[in-house]
Amino acid sequence: MPRDPNNPRALPEQSEWTFDLIEQAHEEIRRVARKFGLDTYPNQLEIITAEQMMDAYTSVGMPVSYNHWSFGKHFLTTEKSYKRGQMGLAYEIVINSNPCIAYLMEENSLTMQALVIAHAAYGHNSFFKGNYLFRTWTDADAIVDYMVFAKNYIAECEQRHGIDAVEELLDSCHALQNYGVDRYKRPAKLSVAQEAARQKEREEYMQSQVNELWRTLPRREEQVRDQAPARFPPEPEENLLYFIEKYAPLLEPWQRELVRITRKISQYFYPQRQTQVMNEGWATFWHYTILQELYKEGIVGDGFMLEFLQSHTNVVYQPPATSPYYSGINPYALGFAMMTDIKRICEDPTDEDRAWFPDIAGSDWIKTLDFAMRNFKDESFIAQYLSPKLIREFHFFAVLDDDRSDKLTISAIHDEAGYRYVRQQLADQYNLGNREPNIQVWQVNTRDDRALTLRHTQFQRRPLNQQAHEVLKHVARLWGFDVRLETVDPSGRVVSSLECRREKRARY
Amino acid sequence: MTYLIDRRLQGKNKSAVNRERFLRRYKAQIKDAVGRAIKGRSITDVENGEKVSIPVKDVNEPRFGHAHGGVWETVNPGNTEYQKGDQINRPRGGGGGAGRGRAGNSEQTTEDDFIFELSREEFMNYFFEDLELPNMVKTQLTQVVEYKNQRAGYNISGTPSNIHVLRSLRGALGRRIAVGGPSRKQLTALEHQLRDLREQGAEDDDPLVIELKHKIHHLHTRLLAIPFIDPIDLRYSNRIKIPKPSTAAVMFCVMDVSGSMDESRKDTAKRFFILLYLFLKRVYERIDVVFIRHHTAAAEVDENEFFHSRESGGTVVSSALHLLNKVISERYSNGDWNSYVAQASDGDNWDNDSVLCKQLLTSAIMPKVQYYTYVEITDGPPQNLWEQYAEVAATHQNFAMQKIVTPADIYPVFRELFKKQPK
Repeated sequence: MPRDPNNPRALPEQSEWTFDLIEQAHEEIRRVARKFGLDTYPNQLEIITAEQMMDAYTSVGMPVSYNHWSFGKHFLTTEKSYKRGQMGLAYEIVINSNPCIAYLMEENSLTMQALVIAHAAYGHNSFFKGNYLFRTWTDADAIVDYMVFAKNYIAECEQRHGIDAVEELLDSCHALQNYGVDRYKRPAKLSVAQEAARQKEREEYMQSQVNELWRTLPRREEQVRDQAPARFPPEPEENLLYFIEKYAPLLEPWQRELVRITRKISQYFYPQRQTQVMNEGWATFWHYTILQELYKEGIVGDGFMLEFLQSHTNVVYQPPATSPYYSGINPYALGFAMMTDIKRICEDPTDEDRAWFPDIAGSDWIKTLDFAMRNFKDESFIAQYLSPKLIREFHFFAVLDDDRSDKLTISAIHDEAGYRYVRQQLADQYNLGNREPNIQVWQVNTRDDRALTLRHTQFQRRPLNQQAHEVLKHVARLWGFDVRLETVDPSGRVVSSLECRREKRARY
Repeated sequence: MTYLIDRRLQGKNKSAVNRERFLRRYKAQIKDAVGRAIKGRSITDVENGEKVSIPVKDVNEPRFGHAHGGVWETVNPGNTEYQKGDQINRPRGGGGGAGRGRAGNSEQTTEDDFIFELSREEFMNYFFEDLELPNMVKTQLTQVVEYKNQRAGYNISGTPSNIHVLRSLRGALGRRIAVGGPSRKQLTALEHQLRDLREQGAEDDDPLVIELKHKIHHLHTRLLAIPFIDPIDLRYSNRIKIPKPSTAAVMFCVMDVSGSMDESRKDTAKRFFILLYLFLKRVYERIDVVFIRHHTAAAEVDENEFFHSRESGGTVVSSALHLLNKVISERYSNGDWNSYVAQASDGDNWDNDSVLCKQLLTSAIMPKVQYYTYVEITDGPPQNLWEQYAEVAATHQNFAMQKIVTPADIYPVFRELFKKQPK
């Protein structure tokens, strides 16, 4: 139904936004979102300029962040490509916090503002609140406060110990940022009050623990029963930054705190890296559904819809692999297609759908989608819900590239025999555990040179990249002693190793 | 509960600190890049901001990752022709062929330099830093010191000496017309009435006539009471100070291009010329730059040829001075031009030519130029040209000479120059 001019709630047909109109549009979107049962944090919409958007990019969207040259580098890149017109800025940035902060750029038209509100303030927001990973790993109430704490603490360290010392340490921490995450353990929630209150206590405690571990004068009774040294750590540790924070012998208390800060931030962003397809798909699905609903009610008109659809179709376009614009699978396209497809399976299942998805075919789509949003991450979501119909529509095909054979092999395509295989492969492709090399703390030589051994367990015989040696230098800087990185094949045989030696007791 | 907050007025330069941190960290590389940029650009163009590129491997933040190798199985969209089991060749290089789904993991992708822009101030800071200019001089160079008075319309207040008579009187006239308008209209009407009465044969003592005459008289008095000129009519010429240097200068770049001047010497010379140019640009509105190069013969050339063509052979410095003198007298002899000469050489000259140079300078050139700077880019012992020039320097205040080895030595040449322009 086109816009009904008699409807008192109809939005005017204009592209300029005003604060009143944004309030009005937001009110309508909120009403429709409630109708569909979207549960969100309260929203805080902030109008910002393009420059401010670039600033927000730089600090990964956080409203505050500590200072570091790498953010400056990021800013320069963004600024350059934006000024040259090579790239438009994102229409929105949304922060997983409570209240949920969404940035609206002042350049956007009224239509785009409405799109952004539906997408970010209701789509992403409800995802942040509902998805199990975010519920487990992040604390939306505390993150902004924690960032303020981190910024102040690091600024204080810079004053006390010099910018260079802090910068060096942060460089090293950043190099290991992807290895500052507990993948399997449930994290303890972070709260700013506790952080500040317990920080001192923790410093002293940790230092004492370290001293215990590295004590050079053994107690007398230990001397008596001189047994083989206990293996340390008893189990391999996947969280390298955590291990360094707890056990690196030479770090000073403030340095441990910095390691901890980078680790916590990394942990906070970890769910976002695991739910790209779902998160964007969910938000895109909802902005599409909500705005269509507003159109049906006659609140927005044809002009609005045309502008919106043009932008929407750009976002969900998936170039084929043969296209020069192809750069991997577009998470918006795949996510949106899958969400829409689940709705279709619920509402209008074919025989094929009934065979593949007996549980959800014909069920209430709102409940089914909500369940899917809450309980999956990209990998499991695709493994669970990618339908043969979508595989056909995307013309998915799997290519096997084995460096032992001269040619690439097409291992499966979008046919009856290939559906499950393609689906499994695609799901694996989103498994962070496969995408990043599996590197864990293996052993510390507590009795002799204190050397740290890391183990890279090979996946599919994939080698490490050439930066590995550079990263190892960073590890050595944090650890303070020699560091070795062994690459082992799945059977545990050491295939190759890298080493970074440090001068004994060399401090930086 | 929803909040809609307008953050647009809040500071936008949140990233300034991070940007500055970046520049701080890559100072050495940026300085190199600025050096390269100066080599590559024209003297007159040196002041703009600059795109600076530093090798991407330097700014790289290393992370653990997979390199290509082992087994990669990827799922891609858009199959058109393949069937299961098809064998295809590996795509070459980083081209986006079918089956290449490893973007981001492949290390074969060529990476460009990391390019970003420096603002003009930042660029100049790096440039000056290299030259080791003391801060005092930097402010002089980056500040405009001279003002020029310029007319800027009219004002309603000012000093009596600035009263603009024409404008004031024109205003007065307008005011008189405007203020007297109604009375004058009435007056004409009354005079008409009176004439009509008279034509009808009214006598002078007719009460109507007397009343009319009375009224007319009253209006005349009123019109006369309108002042010829009133304080509100006064207009003053308005003059504002605009920060513009007032006159024109010509800068002569004279350089020895004989075989012994190699690229690095030319580069040093170029920095020397740039510095003089920058200084002049602060002070003068218009600057002509004349490039004269010489070996045994001198020629006036364009900038590109000046710096980039190579010559060989001996050196006769006086040939350049002859040409210099000729150009000054032909083109820049009237009083509007301030002439500055910057000469760079490696000090070689024909033996008996140096005396000739000295004569030329003292008799013809020095009286015509504002300042003459000479740099000898060499680390060897002084030769006869240096000795002859030293004699010139002893007798002329506005002659500076310096022997330099690196760009850092250039500054002392200008010290005198800056001292002589107190402001």
